[in-house]
Amino acid sequence: MLRVENTEMVPVEFSTALTDQFADIVSRYPEGKQKSALLPILHLVQAEFGWVSAPAMDKVAEYLKIQPVEVYEVATFYTMYFMRPQGKYALEVCRTGPCCLVGAETIMDHIEQKLGVKEGEVTADGLFSWRGVECLAACGFGPVLQIGPEYTFYEKLTNESVDQLIEDLKAKANN
Amino acid sequence: MGRKLLLEHINVPGINTFDVYRSKGGYRSVEKALKQLSPEEVVEEVKKSGLRGRGGAGFPTGMKWGFLAKPEGVARYLVCNADESEPGTFKDRYLMTYIPHLLIEGMIVGSYALGAKTSYIYVRGEMMPQIRILEKAIAEAKAAGFLGKNILGTGYDLELYVQPGGGAYICGEETALLESLEGKRGNPRIKPPFPAIAGLYGCPTVVNNVESIAAVVPIINDGGEEYAKIGIGRSTGTKLISAGGNLAKPGVYEIDLGLPVEEFLYSDEYCGGIANGKRLKAVVAGGSSVPILPANLFLKTAAGEGRLMSYESLADGGFATGTMMGSGGFIAFDEDQCIVRNTWNFARFYHHESCGQCSPCREGTGWMEKVLHRLEMGHGSMSDMDLLVDVSKKIEGNTICPLGDAAAWPVASAIRHFRDEFEWHVSHAGEAVTRNYGLAHYADPLPAPVQAAQ
Repeated sequence: MLRVENTEMVPVEFSTALTDQFADIVSRYPEGKQKSALLPILHLVQAEFGWVSAPAMDKVAEYLKIQPVEVYEVATFYTMYFMRPQGKYALEVCRTGPCCLVGAETIMDHIEQKLGVKEGEVTADGLFSWRGVECLAACGFGPVLQIGPEYTFYEKLTNESVDQLIEDLKAKANN
Repeated sequence: MGRKLLLEHINVPGINTFDVYRSKGGYRSVEKALKQLSPEEVVEEVKKSGLRGRGGAGFPTGMKWGFLAKPEGVARYLVCNADESEPGTFKDRYLMTYIPHLLIEGMIVGSYALGAKTSYIYVRGEMMPQIRILEKAIAEAKAAGFLGKNILGTGYDLELYVQPGGGAYICGEETALLESLEGKRGNPRIKPPFPAIAGLYGCPTVVNNVESIAAVVPIINDGGEEYAKIGIGRSTGTKLISAGGNLAKPGVYEIDLGLPVEEFLYSDEYCGGIANGKRLKAVVAGGSSVPILPANLFLKTAAGEGRLMSYESLADGGFATGTMMGSGGFIAFDEDQCIVRNTWNFARFYHHESCGQCSPCREGTGWMEKVLHRLEMGHGSMSDMDLLVDVSKKIEGNTICPLGDAAAWPVASAIRHFRDEFEWHVSHAGEAVTRNYGLAHYADPLPAPVQAAQ
């Protein structure tokens, strides 16, 4: 079993609606090449559960008829997959050069202060977590942040627009 | 005013829909290619156009297509590289967001030329909105008979799928991309064999950047020779430039290759100069991995000639005094920016993104990050600059894929051109954490080129 920071081993079940989507993805590749579906399927799993737990990875391996380790090594290689639970809204701020030229570091400091949690931590109400990520390919519109699972994009951030965004998300969560 | 071959209709309302795109002449190249041209003739047109890969390497696209092996009974694939991740580059995101059908159209023509029956567009996972946009565009094109079985009654079948990545810069390297598309870690493969012989699932495969594939559309519509008339020398056609950093008007611009750098930077048609009336200190012309140049060397070559936005002119002077076109990720630094801090930032990026397969890159990028960090934080020593150059040389050329080079070049070039700023970070360690070195002499006119020996 994979050793992850979070040892939560709560079994997961995949709904039929979810496995129907898996099947649709698998149909895109030649016979016997179903492993190609791994990355898209992990995105669907994360969208459903908020992160990718070890039991969920085992289930994916079972579905794709591959070894669990083939799933673990992929899920841990790609930075988009969360290996532990996140806030309902996981803010990912671009921290690479071009965004820093236009103030990304200030934005990250502001988010840390506003949410009162350090990078990678979740707020007490479970609503927010945040982290710096590498270049999001939006360098002309920086600073930028994204929020999964739809990866909605927020551009040309200011401290004020970040405050507004956080308030809007709180309101959305409470409705 | 430059021509617009790719972005001509970008501002037409609804151009992201099939009907509006079609009404503006969209999908003509598919009709022309499938009904009037053989696959070989399509490849020939692309060769004649002189189109060079727009992802960064600048390899001639037609030649790459010509290398594709065609063994009997073996599937062939066209894979679009939409894993746009090179810091400074955001043109492909722009193109896919606003004019997705241009990419779909290019994919159909390209797949026909290569004999692919199934093609994939590998989009970086963070671009989920663009993935949805492309999926919708594909469904529309299919409903209109431009994809699927027996396209336009020509007997040609093609299925096109969008594949999300997982957030790894390395997957922009074509063999890492193929590994990822096969559901594995993005570890680049040792070449040869090249993907043209053994690519996706071991089958002959061509991997092309989004912009390269989109450029096939005007090439087929107008003919390769017409396309080659645009530009200068071996830099033919138009190029999308992602302009970011401290510019008055950042954004994506389509330029004729050969446009003077000064015009691109300062004219109102393009970047409109430096933001807030500041002065230019440095430029990274083609994405974070290409050598950084101080303002004076960027605007004029060492020989004193005005630089042009072309593959050759940007590279004039080699790495001693030149840089590269790369992916067209243009990053401008104003007088208040710290080159040491930025170099550390880029080094951290490459350390983070190294796949870990080759020791020189895995270890070297980490050491460069650490040494740059201590310089930036005021704990460096005068020998650190030579140490960094030494580490960069030991990475460069010693790795399976070009990520090692990409990590080494920005560090080596920053020290080459901004050594006094690095030294100032050591000699004024306390001051360097509270203020920046400033513009210094980096925008001063260069001394007249050295004359031949008297």
